[in-house]
Amino acid sequence: MEPINILTSTAAPLPLPNIDTDQIIPKQFLKRIERTGYGDFLFYDWRRIQDGPAAGQPNPDFVLNKPEHKGAEILIAEKNFGCGSSREHAAWAINQYGFRAVIAPSFADIFFSNAGKNGIILCRLTDDEVKTLLDRTTANPEHKLTINLEQQTVTDNEGFNAHFDIDPFRKYCLLNGLDDIGLTLRHEHALDHFEKGHDEDFWSAPKAS
Amino acid sequence: MSTAPKTLFEKVWQQHVVVEPEGEPTILYIDLHLVHEVTSPQAFDGLRMASRKLRRPDRHIATVDHNVPTTSAEDRLHIVDQISSNQVNALRKNCAEFGVEFFDVQDASQGIVHMIGPELGATKPGMTIVCGDSHTSTHGAFGALAFGIGTSEVEHVMATQTLPQSKPKTFRITVDGDLPFGVTAKDIILDIIGKIGTDGATGHVIEYAGSAIRALSMEGRMTICNMSIEAGARAGMIAPDETTFAYLKGRRFSPTGTAWDEAVAQWRTLPTEPGATFDRELHIDAPTITPTVSWGTSPGMVTGIEGKVPSIEDAPTEADKKSYARALEYMGLKPGTPIEAIKVDAVFLGSCTNARIEDLRAAASVIKGHHIATTVRAMVVPGSQAVKRQAEQEGLDAIFKTAGFEWREPGCSMCLGMNPDILAPGERCASTSNRNFEGRQGRGGRTHLVSPQMAAAAAITGHFTDIRKWNAGGNN
Repeated sequence: MEPINILTSTAAPLPLPNIDTDQIIPKQFLKRIERTGYGDFLFYDWRRIQDGPAAGQPNPDFVLNKPEHKGAEILIAEKNFGCGSSREHAAWAINQYGFRAVIAPSFADIFFSNAGKNGIILCRLTDDEVKTLLDRTTANPEHKLTINLEQQTVTDNEGFNAHFDIDPFRKYCLLNGLDDIGLTLRHEHALDHFEKGHDEDFWSAPKAS
Repeated sequence: MSTAPKTLFEKVWQQHVVVEPEGEPTILYIDLHLVHEVTSPQAFDGLRMASRKLRRPDRHIATVDHNVPTTSAEDRLHIVDQISSNQVNALRKNCAEFGVEFFDVQDASQGIVHMIGPELGATKPGMTIVCGDSHTSTHGAFGALAFGIGTSEVEHVMATQTLPQSKPKTFRITVDGDLPFGVTAKDIILDIIGKIGTDGATGHVIEYAGSAIRALSMEGRMTICNMSIEAGARAGMIAPDETTFAYLKGRRFSPTGTAWDEAVAQWRTLPTEPGATFDRELHIDAPTITPTVSWGTSPGMVTGIEGKVPSIEDAPTEADKKSYARALEYMGLKPGTPIEAIKVDAVFLGSCTNARIEDLRAAASVIKGHHIATTVRAMVVPGSQAVKRQAEQEGLDAIFKTAGFEWREPGCSMCLGMNPDILAPGERCASTSNRNFEGRQGRGGRTHLVSPQMAAAAAITGHFTDIRKWNAGGNN
């Protein structure tokens, strides 16, 4: 994955809590066997008018369809973003659409893990901090934010300056664009040793009948 | 070695620590990986691109469930939807190439991946189990540490049989007392999610304890652990006991002879010790739980059958007010409407939450001698081939068919509508599944989560009906 450190961009505000991965990418796009090409399907149903004669046409009220929010690389949402299904397609869609970071008060666990493995920075800020950013980017779509991963800060040019926590190892992997499998295989000797003592019946995997 | 009393989770975690590198997540050994067609193809591709193999092919089993049609054996063997067909074929090919045991679409052991792990005895107490599916938490009912993962992690487990994991916190939910008549495991978990919210257990592993949990069958325990993810939990666990051992004995992958005795002896060491502490605790009195129905578009939006559709002002926080407003509009519901007055168009009895034999028996006992309302379409999708066979042996299929239900082949089906089983826009469904998100069962579809008994009663009357009155009051 691509290393990332400092990101300066406009942001797209999505002021709703509990945005689940079924909304981020609906089920019909999970049938594909490729790892790319999901960007166009991000928030597929929300981006389209659902009923009436214009059904299927772009919904002009949805934030990602507003010309002033085109090109935003930061998404801002409310609590529990990414809840529900484990589909990594949600992280792929967000990344491939062009977002490099999501700011929210909290994230669901599996989405949090998936995002990290796709080079997406997740910034957990307080409810008040998120509200400030939602208000500023809604009022002014040109409003730019800077995320500094090394410093663990989100700032703007109107004096906003917030710190976010991130696990040091996750930060190290994001900064360096590291792939987990290679990192784990540094411990192959320990793994061989562990496995020898662990193949007991009570932990056994399926056996050929 | 510390002698402080340990929790079930702590023991299982400790027994799987491969190495704890300084300043990095723990490398945790994974005993069993369950594979299905939707979240695995990109992982197999990743292995191929890096010229990697499966470290332990014997620790993976695979089946097809999400995509498969449920209409007939013929439709399953020749899937019309070409993209679905490609995905199923990709799994077939990948399992052959990488040496993974695969239960194909008409195999006697095929079924929803979270059904077949326990049915085969592949799921065992004390194990670590993962799958590229959030409902992997189901397997925690056996005292395993089981959780859903993304596709990058699927590839990681395939290559290394481990996962880097930060240690979650612990949360014990104790449910004590007798469950009232007509109240089920599904109602317990919906009640819990309603109380703590869909992010109530984020970052935690829940252990369900208390006399009401101990009294449940393995089927009921699986229903509860299954929906742990809907409370945001990393996993849900229940300590293994005699009920667990009785369920596992004699299954295909269960140990036999002296190995069985040794395994049971080891499993008996797993339960949480008296005095062990949890990061959080919650107590619930079972007698206070009522048959529960979801009214909104998040599994935390629930109320008792005697309740009413809430108003926006009932939302606990400002953020929730927006969710409530959106949910009421999407669901087409007016605040103050009694739940029992809500009419349904469809009934879905299925999913890894509630498509086990006990669920089908319970629903059949409600509908026996009745016919579904003329305004309702209803289907039963057994969770696995084994459940389907058992139900047919018991004559449950005849009861369902006589009542007007469709009797289908096993799979995930209308729980997420990846196959042709979907709701039409605006169609309202009483569903035994686990998620009522917008569009989950089909674009514009309106899902209400309920127990199998409640779904069955709604199918007969055409609206939500208090199952407690049904049993006491002469079947409406």
